[in-house]
Amino acid sequence: MSLKEATSSQMDEIIARYPRSRSAIMPLLHLVQSVEGFVTPEGIEIVAAKLGLTTAEVSAVATFYTQYKRRPVGEYHVGVCTNTLCAVMGGDAIFSGLKDHLGIGNDESTADGKVSLEHIECNAACDYAPVVMVNWEFFDNQTVESAKGLVDSIKAGNPPAPTRGPNKLPTWKENSAVLAGMNDGHANEGVQAGPASLAGLEIALEQDPESGKQR
Amino acid sequence: MKLTPVLSATWNQSDSFTIDAYRRNGGYTAVKKALAMEPDAVIALIKDSGLRGRGGAGFPTGMKWSFIPQGDGKPHYLVVNADESEPGTCKDMPLLLANPHVLVEGIIIASYAIRSNHAFIYIRGEVVHVIRRLQQAVADAYKAGLLGKNLDGKGFDLDLVVHAGAGAYICGEETALLDSLEGFRGQPRLRPPFPAIAGLYACPTVVNNVESIASVPSIINGGTEWFGSMGTEKSKGFTLYSLSGHVKRPGQYEAPLGITLRELLEMSGGMREGHTLKFWTPGGSSTPIFTAEQLDVPLDYEGVASAGSMLGTKALQIFDETTCVVRAVLRWSEFYKHESCGKCTPCREGTWWLVQILKDLEAGKGSAADLDKLLDLCDNILGRAFCALGDGATSPITSSIKHFRAEYIAHVEAGQCPFDPVASTLFSGANA
Repeated sequence: MSLKEATSSQMDEIIARYPRSRSAIMPLLHLVQSVEGFVTPEGIEIVAAKLGLTTAEVSAVATFYTQYKRRPVGEYHVGVCTNTLCAVMGGDAIFSGLKDHLGIGNDESTADGKVSLEHIECNAACDYAPVVMVNWEFFDNQTVESAKGLVDSIKAGNPPAPTRGPNKLPTWKENSAVLAGMNDGHANEGVQAGPASLAGLEIALEQDPESGKQR
Repeated sequence: MKLTPVLSATWNQSDSFTIDAYRRNGGYTAVKKALAMEPDAVIALIKDSGLRGRGGAGFPTGMKWSFIPQGDGKPHYLVVNADESEPGTCKDMPLLLANPHVLVEGIIIASYAIRSNHAFIYIRGEVVHVIRRLQQAVADAYKAGLLGKNLDGKGFDLDLVVHAGAGAYICGEETALLDSLEGFRGQPRLRPPFPAIAGLYACPTVVNNVESIASVPSIINGGTEWFGSMGTEKSKGFTLYSLSGHVKRPGQYEAPLGITLRELLEMSGGMREGHTLKFWTPGGSSTPIFTAEQLDVPLDYEGVASAGSMLGTKALQIFDETTCVVRAVLRWSEFYKHESCGKCTPCREGTWWLVQILKDLEAGKGSAADLDKLLDLCDNILGRAFCALGDGATSPITSSIKHFRAEYIAHVEAGQCPFDPVASTLFSGANA
C-alpha cells in the first residue's frame, strides 16, 4: 500500500479537527513519519496536495522543527539531554560514552538501523537529570553505564520500559502516530509520577498530614 | 513557610491521572459552579483572585481574559501553552502526566468565560507519554459529556484539540506558538496587535500557561479569600517550584508565592553532601543567575525582580562549587543560538557570535577584552531583538560576568578550564 493510501483517511480525520486545514500540517508530518520513519519527498507532496499548499510551503515547515527528520533515524532514536543542567550532572559524559559505545556520532544511526543518537535540548525533566529520551519516552536519572546498558538491550531486541511511560517501549514510528494525534491506548500504563515529582508532596504531608485537603 | 500542595495534592495516588480518580478527589465540581455563573462573573472572580500567569511574565490572568472583545461576532479561541521548554523548567509535564483533568476542567471554565467554542493545547512534541495522558483525558471528558455540545444547558459548545509540537523552543513564545498552530514556521509576530485582538486566525485569543489554567478550578471552588491566604499582596496564591541540580532532593515543591530558596533547601535537605551553593537560576536559563547572596529573596514576581532577575517559570536550577560557570553559560548560549528562529538579525547573528567568543573563553583561548566584547554584544541584542528569546540569551552572560568575572579571567590566565567536569556529575562519587 502506498503512503497516500495508508494515510488518506487518517489525514482527513486530522484535518477535520481544525477550523482551518493548514493547522493540520504538523500532525500530518508526524503521520508521514509514522509510516515512512522520516519526512520523505513523497510525504511532502501528499501533505501539500491534501492541504492545497505548494511543496515549498510544506518543506518550509518541515525543515523548521527538529523532530521532523529528513533522513531515516533508528527504530529507536536515543536523545541525550546536553543542555546545561543535564550536561553538568552527567549528560556530556553519557553522550560521549554512547558515541564511543555505538561507534556513531551525533545525528547518526547504527548500521543495522536499530539505534540513532542525537544530543537534545532541555526535555522538561530536570529533576530527573541526567535524562535520556528514547523515541521521546523518559529514561530518568541515567549514568554512563545505565545508558550503555539501555542501548545494548535495544540492540539485543529487548528494549526496557521507560521510567515514566508505557509498559513497552514503542518504536519511533509508533510514537510518531501518537504525535499525529492517534490514541494508541497506552495512556493508562506506567506510573502517575516519579519520585522527584512527589518530593514536595511527601514533605508537605510530613509538615501537615492534612495538607492538600482544603481544595 | 509551609508547602501548600493543591495541583500536586493527588499525585501520590497511583491512578491520579484517570477521570475516576479526578472525580473521587473532587474534580469537575468547579466547572458545574462556573457554568451556573455569568461568564463575566467568572472573569471577575479570577481577576479578583489576583492569579497571575505562571508561564514567566506574570500577567494577571483575569485581566487577559477581560481583554477579549465580547459581542464582536468573531470566533474566540483559548490556546494553552504546554510547550514547556525553558531550560530548567519541568513543572507542567509532571502536572499533566499525573493530573491532566485539572487542565481540562480549567480549560472548560476559561473557554466559557471568554466565550470560546474551540480550545487548543499546544504541547511540546518530545514528551509522548504526557501527550497520551492528555489525549486520553480529553477523550474521557468528551465521553462524560464535559466537552462537546451544550455543556451548560444554554448552548455552550466546546471542542478541545491536543496539538503536538515538533521541537522548537521558540514556539513557547505566544505569537510564535500561534503561527505554528496556524501551520507556519514558528516565528514571533509583531505586537500590537496583541493576541487578545488578533490571535489565532486573526481572531481574539487568550494564550495561557498550563499551570495558570490548571489553577482556575481550585480558585472557583476555594474562593478568592482562600487563594489570597497564600502568597503575598501582589503575588497571590500557590505555585510549583522546580528544584533541580546539585541538591539532595530535586523535585516539584508547591508552595505559596514568596517562599525563599533558603526555606526550600532547608526543608528538602539542602545541597548534596559536602558541597556548597555556587549559583542558581530563579526561573529558567533566561532569568539572570543568583548566588548564595540571594538565598533570602522572596520568590515572587516583585521580590525576584527587585533583586535583579525574574521569577520566570520558577525553575530553580542549583549548581554547586564544582560547576564551571563559563561552561554552564556557554551551553545555555549554544541553546539560544540553536533555537533562534532567524527572523531578526540581533538574535540570529548575535547568538552566533556569543557562542564563538564563549567557546574560546571556556577553552582558555580568550582574552580579558572578550568580556567587554560579550557585554557589548549583549547590549546590542537586549531590547533590540524581535522577541524575548534574544533578551533571554543575554541574561546568563551579563549576570555571570557580574557575579563571576574573576572566574572568566581565571580561564584566560590558566589557558584552560580550571574545573574537572567529572566532579560535578551525579555519579562522581561525591553524591554516593
